[in-house]
Amino acid sequence: MRYVVAFGRFWWDFVVGDDWLVAAGLVVALGLTALVAHHAVAAWWLLPVAVVGLLVVAIRRALP
Amino acid sequence: MRIAFLFAAAFLASAVEMVEALTIVLAVGITRGWRSTLIGVGAAGVTLAAFVGALGPALTFVPINALRLVVGGLLLAFGLQWLKKAILRAAGYVPLHDEAGIYAHERAEAESAGREERAGLDWYSFTIAFKGVLLEGLEVAFIVISFAADRGGSVAISAGAAAAALLLVTTVGVLVRAPLSRVPENTLKFAVGLMLTTFGTFWGAEGAGVDWPGSDAAIPVVLGAYVLVSLALVQLLRRQRLAPAGT
Repeated sequence: MRYVVAFGRFWWDFVVGDDWLVAAGLVVALGLTALVAHHAVAAWWLLPVAVVGLLVVAIRRALP
Repeated sequence: MRIAFLFAAAFLASAVEMVEALTIVLAVGITRGWRSTLIGVGAAGVTLAAFVGALGPALTFVPINALRLVVGGLLLAFGLQWLKKAILRAAGYVPLHDEAGIYAHERAEAESAGREERAGLDWYSFTIAFKGVLLEGLEVAFIVISFAADRGGSVAISAGAAAAALLLVTTVGVLVRAPLSRVPENTLKFAVGLMLTTFGTFWGAEGAGVDWPGSDAAIPVVLGAYVLVSLALVQLLRRQRLAPAGT
């Protein structure tokens, strides 16, 4: 069991890193992009804007 | 041009991670001997190559839009982590990576560790070299594999770029026999973070059903926008850090 937990923790740290909010934000941003794109509306701008926003959030949360 | 960007991203990411792995390998090899250390390096290299060799071709069977959505998300997760740390380092909030300091620390650890023989190997040297190369190389392996989202042999191109970087860092490491502390690591990490974030955005959006204006021509535009935003953030953070308290 200890190894399973350690294995899961390793992959969590590897993919999500130290800020789960940013990872969750990415999932929401990709979902929103898919939703808008499937309603035949131009959605190419949405993800870059969300990424810049998430970068700012990530930096603010990491500041001492 | 897209292929050139892919090659550059894989080459730079691999070079940065291999510089860090080289520091660990040199410290252990010089302190405790090379045989077990190099066997550890070789075992990690074979593991990473098997990982890329098995997963890379398998991904070609995944529907392209689903693959791009997942790969885009992963590259964005990696890219934003690299970019955030690079911006904080450039602004002075986080100290720069100190290869010489890490080398000294690893040497001290290697000197004080006990000697345990397993399978005819100095187990400390083997495991430290194996773990160092495997962990530093895993992210590169993921980046190489994720370029399957581009189809058209891009995994082979990015694997070639990673191998070229490995060869370069190893050659320089053998020649100087010291940690490569003069490599501008943070600048390279900044560039890798920007490229991963750009490809993540491009493929993630395509996987979500977006048609980019100008198709591939959108890649340098997105990259340019991220460069400008990142440099502006560095300037802003530097000013904030240097401003007297209370102003």
